[in-house]
Amino acid sequence: MPLKLEIVTPEARIFSDEVDTVVLPGYEGEMGVLPAHANLVTTLKPGELRITKGGKTTEMAVGEGLVEVTGTATRILTDMAIDADKIDEKAVEEALERAQKSLAELKPGEHQEEVAAVMAIIQRSTAQLHIKRKRKTV
Amino acid sequence: MPSTRDIRRRIKSVKNTAQITKAMQLVAAAKMKKAQDQAANGRHYAELLNKVLVNLKENAEEGLHPFFSEGKGDKTLVLLIASDKGLCGALNTNLFKKLLTTDFGTGEVDYVTIGKKSVQVINRLRRHLLADFPIKDPAKFAEVRSVGRFLQEKFLTGEYKKVFVLFNNFINTVTTVPTCEQILPVNPVTLGGKRDFAPEIETATATQEYTFEPSAAVVFETVLPQYVNDTVYQMVLESRASEHSSRMVAMKNATDNAKQMIKDLSLEYNKLRQASITNELLEITTAKMALE
Repeated sequence: MPLKLEIVTPEARIFSDEVDTVVLPGYEGEMGVLPAHANLVTTLKPGELRITKGGKTTEMAVGEGLVEVTGTATRILTDMAIDADKIDEKAVEEALERAQKSLAELKPGEHQEEVAAVMAIIQRSTAQLHIKRKRKTV
Repeated sequence: MPSTRDIRRRIKSVKNTAQITKAMQLVAAAKMKKAQDQAANGRHYAELLNKVLVNLKENAEEGLHPFFSEGKGDKTLVLLIASDKGLCGALNTNLFKKLLTTDFGTGEVDYVTIGKKSVQVINRLRRHLLADFPIKDPAKFAEVRSVGRFLQEKFLTGEYKKVFVLFNNFINTVTTVPTCEQILPVNPVTLGGKRDFAPEIETATATQEYTFEPSAAVVFETVLPQYVNDTVYQMVLESRASEHSSRMVAMKNATDNAKQMIKDLSLEYNKLRQASITNELLEITTAKMALE
């Protein structure tokens, strides 16, 4: 029995296909989902997501979001999902640098909104870089 | 009977109007493309999020999160999303008609608005306006988030029983539907009027129980505020797509009408011109005949 995986971001439907297994960064750490998994809802943490289909593994960098698992389907709603091959390391590094700079400029206590937004960028960028670098060393 | 000069003048002025409406049509068409794409891209996410949450609401225990149950007060909060500018056909009029015909139940109704046109209408109707949020075009998520946050804060005070959003749902370039949706407590929402055509997103049946990791409270605490913001944002996008589409269509009609008018006026002008030439010829020939 295959597992239907759907990954959706506000910009587009990134992934919608039947897969064998998916490993995702859940609230309490990495979590593997196989078909016939018990119904589960958890939040997604920025990190690495691995999809296996027919022995082939695809890696993706994901942001924060919500995961709904039922026996036959897994739905991931996140603010970012990028295929590992498509990560532009240089651009991400620049974004990370900019974010850290603006974080340093923002005073703590004030602008909570901006701080949260910048922190999200940092987490997302770090997740992307992590995957990219890991691939290089392999 | 207008003189030829009057008609010439009118043709000229209609031509000028046609030029302006044509230019506006082109501008609206360019913006429309972008707004439509934006609305279409975000729709799936918002719909899915809504479906998942509605499903979870059925399984969740009562009182788990305030966003799942009605507020204690009997007031209603309505967010009205209209356009900033006019000249977009009957778009805003239809929306306001919907506002007047919708029954929000007994109790006071407070309004929050987006768009200058909606502020005007709320003031004219002497309804109670709580806040107005100016949202630029194209709409930025950060701006709309403050609207979502405001609605949540108001709802959490417990004064309001329900929160509704009135906006224009974008179906296609010529069809937009004024829609009223309940956003809080969490409720099924139609976006783009496509709910009936998208049966491929099926959720677990209501009898199934979910495990929450780490706990339902934590999950809902993070997801629900986000849900409100995302949904409001998507509604703004739908409204914007509707606005630019209606403006494009309205301006196209205006240009077409102006062209038709130029045609009619030219015909009349030529008739008149010919009549006067015939008259002159007649006068000349009669004068000549009289001389002979």
